[in-house]
Amino acid sequence: MPVLKAESLQVRSENDVVLVRQAARKWAAELGFSLVDQTKIVTAASELARNTLIHGGGGAARLEALAEGVRKGLRLSFEDQGPGIADLELALKDGYTTGGGLGLGLSGSKRLMSEFEVVSRVGEGTRVTVTKWK
Amino acid sequence: MERIPILRIGEYLLVTIQVDMHDRLAMTLQEDLTARIADTNAHGVLIDISGLEIVDSFIGRMISNISGMARILDADTVIVGMQPAVAITLVELGLSLPGVRTALNVEKGMKLLRSARNGAAASTEDEE
Repeated sequence: MPVLKAESLQVRSENDVVLVRQAARKWAAELGFSLVDQTKIVTAASELARNTLIHGGGGAARLEALAEGVRKGLRLSFEDQGPGIADLELALKDGYTTGGGLGLGLSGSKRLMSEFEVVSRVGEGTRVTVTKWK
Repeated sequence: MERIPILRIGEYLLVTIQVDMHDRLAMTLQEDLTARIADTNAHGVLIDISGLEIVDSFIGRMISNISGMARILDADTVIVGMQPAVAITLVELGLSLPGVRTALNVEKGMKLLRSARNGAAASTEDEE
């Protein structure tokens, strides 16, 4: 699938989470997503970047503008070298949390985006990839 | 340190959130606001979020927390000015902000606070 443009950002502090949100907003607007879709993308970016920071101990975010035939998309991936997720099924349940939050980060982001993928190995890290198609 | 201003209008407090808040700023607001409620004996808090482009689970939790803490301190909280796109996203995310009162703008929020006070006083008299 052709990637039109890509950018990587580090996720090492709360301020980086804000910067990831702002980058996601800018890219989503440039790709012509509706305001509602922009809001969904930015919200998912915020949840996932915070997960990377809090559960993964920091990592990196990558934004990619995609083109597949006539449709355009925005892919966001978040990668960390943290402890990994032992029970993915449980982690994806609404309300399950190990971070003292609401437990909606992963499951909620999945609902907000078109595609969702988690790859995690205990002791090695986690990569969450989400895509929104226009 | 960066802080969100809290304005006093009569017996109410008004908070207007206009910046893209990082998590610590949200926590500071929670602490500042509860302290101000206690200091001023405020009976109502209006939180204007019309400037917020997103409400994620962290900010959602902060809003619920403030509302709960204020209630214990004898103050009602009304969230005003939520953008429609934010409301759509919040519900899809799985957050419906139970127990949090909302109004479309500050004026309507103020009206809601007034009627909540009067209503509460009336029903207490009725029951007791």
